[in-house]
Amino acid sequence: MAVTSAAHVTAAPPERESLNDWLDRQAGRLFILPAVILILGFSIFPLIASAYLALSRFKLAPGGYTLTFIGWFNFKKMLTGSQQFHLLGTFGAITLLGWVIMLATVALVVWGVVRYARSGRVTVVGSIGRLITIATALALSVLFAVNLGEGGQLGTIATTMFYVAGGVAVQFALGLGLALLCAKPIRGRSFFRVLFFVPLMVTPVGIAYTFRMLADTAVGPFAPLWHWLGYAQTSWSADAWTARFVVLIGDSWQWIPFIFIVLLAAIESQPRDEVEAAQLDGASGWQIFRDITWPSIAPVAATVVLIRAIEAFKIIDLPNVLTNGGPGIATESLTLHAFIEWRALNLGGSAAVAYILLFLSTIACVSFFNFVVKPMREARA
Amino acid sequence: MSVLKRLTEPKSLDSMSPLGAVLVYGGLILWSMVVLFPLYWIAITSLKLPIHVSAGPVYLPFVDFLPDLHAWRYIFVDLGNDTLRPYLNSIVVALVSTALAMLIGSMAAYSLSRLEFAPRLASILLFLLLGAVMIVAVAGFGVPWWIAAVVALALFLLLARAAGRTMRASLGNGDILFWIISQRILPPVVAALPIYVMFQTVGLLDTRTALIATYTTVNLPIVVWLMYDFFVTIPKDLEESASLDGASRFAIFFGIVLPLARPGLVATGLLVLILAWNEYLLALFLSSANAQTMPVLVAAQNATRGPQWWYMSVLILLMILPVIFLTLLLQRFIAKGMLLGAVKG
Repeated sequence: MAVTSAAHVTAAPPERESLNDWLDRQAGRLFILPAVILILGFSIFPLIASAYLALSRFKLAPGGYTLTFIGWFNFKKMLTGSQQFHLLGTFGAITLLGWVIMLATVALVVWGVVRYARSGRVTVVGSIGRLITIATALALSVLFAVNLGEGGQLGTIATTMFYVAGGVAVQFALGLGLALLCAKPIRGRSFFRVLFFVPLMVTPVGIAYTFRMLADTAVGPFAPLWHWLGYAQTSWSADAWTARFVVLIGDSWQWIPFIFIVLLAAIESQPRDEVEAAQLDGASGWQIFRDITWPSIAPVAATVVLIRAIEAFKIIDLPNVLTNGGPGIATESLTLHAFIEWRALNLGGSAAVAYILLFLSTIACVSFFNFVVKPMREARA
Repeated sequence: MSVLKRLTEPKSLDSMSPLGAVLVYGGLILWSMVVLFPLYWIAITSLKLPIHVSAGPVYLPFVDFLPDLHAWRYIFVDLGNDTLRPYLNSIVVALVSTALAMLIGSMAAYSLSRLEFAPRLASILLFLLLGAVMIVAVAGFGVPWWIAAVVALALFLLLARAAGRTMRASLGNGDILFWIISQRILPPVVAALPIYVMFQTVGLLDTRTALIATYTTVNLPIVVWLMYDFFVTIPKDLEESASLDGASRFAIFFGIVLPLARPGLVATGLLVLILAWNEYLLALFLSSANAQTMPVLVAAQNATRGPQWWYMSVLILLMILPVIFLTLLLQRFIAKGMLLGAVKG
């Protein structure tokens, strides 16, 4: 009988709902609402507005400004017009290095396509995604080839890609090396761990100035060394590649700790018993790393590279303060490029550069996630 | 046993061979110097007189040169308010935006970890369409922004139901979570321009409010991402029994869940605090004299009289000392928090 009486109670006309009850029932929605409103207001809405801005010309006018819709003009100017040297760089005759870069990319693409075709899981969406990735990769390799050719110069796209690819590679290699060292049975382990972590917390702007001081060939700490080598009068900031490498060194000093700390934790959670069994069997350090450690940390390693790459695309502090983008535009990243256009009141051009960065970083990061991070996680699982 | 063998082979499994130990400690000490030397160089440069810098490098205080507090005096006494105001701005903006991001982000993350959402795809498309139309109307045809906003909102409420009936596809929690996290890929420079115009329109440009609102949004994805992973690991039984006792969801969240999630909150909060404290690009866009923050002040030191390393070093030290102190205090938590995000992705 209890059941019927319970049904009877629920069937009775509900009392007028109080405000408190209503709030409680809606709590889930109310909890997520502020976040959604903030992101819509400060992220999605600006994104749409930026798209419109990228397609128009901004002009200061008496009492405000005018926006004129001009279609693809801003993009055309940078891709094929007078600003091409800035975004895409100067094209030179392709040298051997250029051919190697292009052939390597083509080989990689062919390998990927063959693997995909043989996997037996070909879908329409998957094919479209791969086409976009392949087109971007080929375009970037051609861009690098002509930029690095004779008489060529890097534009802001190639420079940004250099920071991302070069920076992530250097930081990953050193971060992994340090993590492997720290995972050894050593004394003072927690001391090294805390110490190595510190650079991550230092303001990038501060790092930029510090490395400007350190790299000064006349009054910096290594001045006697430069003097002895005969470089006292040359300035690293006058040469495009040394300037880029100084930016890369500053960036790496800051970000190696991030990769180090995550990989260290991953290494420490690798299967201990397997390692010990392998040691008893007389496996060498390299064999243990290749067969046990690496497979167990690979998914984390791929994720940490992805996170680092996402942030690396946004680099501005270091090139802006270290070199002011110079010499010329040699160290200018895409974000700095957009900022410089904005400062020159070319708001349309600035938004167009920002959008190109958005496309580039989204395609790169999503591709990396789909073709590297995901397979590694699946292989582990 | 040959000498070579004794040098290269470990005595037991958990120890290293003597040669290996030398290499490992050598590598660690070398990298310690790489980490410490730049910091040491800023510290001693802040105590140098201009002559000690311009005449070539001197390395050891009291041996090579006599430390002097002139740069510290200049920054604190001569500049006084010009240093204190940005410092105060940075502290207020970083703390308030972190608190807000943590509150709003944890609420959203909790909601996503406990309830099922199914937003209609049609409503989302409609919303984006109306947003685009509104922007074109405001920017291209000079319609006052508040009229456009009200009309767009009214149209959305009217049409959302109809659109939902024609297109039934909807998204799930995973999609919402991915959408929020993917905001991190968005380069801030894309959003910076319209945000600048937005704050200019409402007269909030160059105020702390503008910076706080923007930083809160920028850091929200990180909070949602890390806290979601954290909430998923908290068992639901406690909340269910509290709910049976008649506790409201608000009481459960603030009274039970948040205290349980304290380690995650500390880790995430510290990470977000440091990101807000060091942020440069958005501050460059949104603040000039009044709301200027420390990174912008430091970057602006590229003075016309040539770089004055001693003053810069003081400012950089002022920026990094509190953060390094916090890091040393709480570093265990940060590492854990970062790992949480990276491993679970």
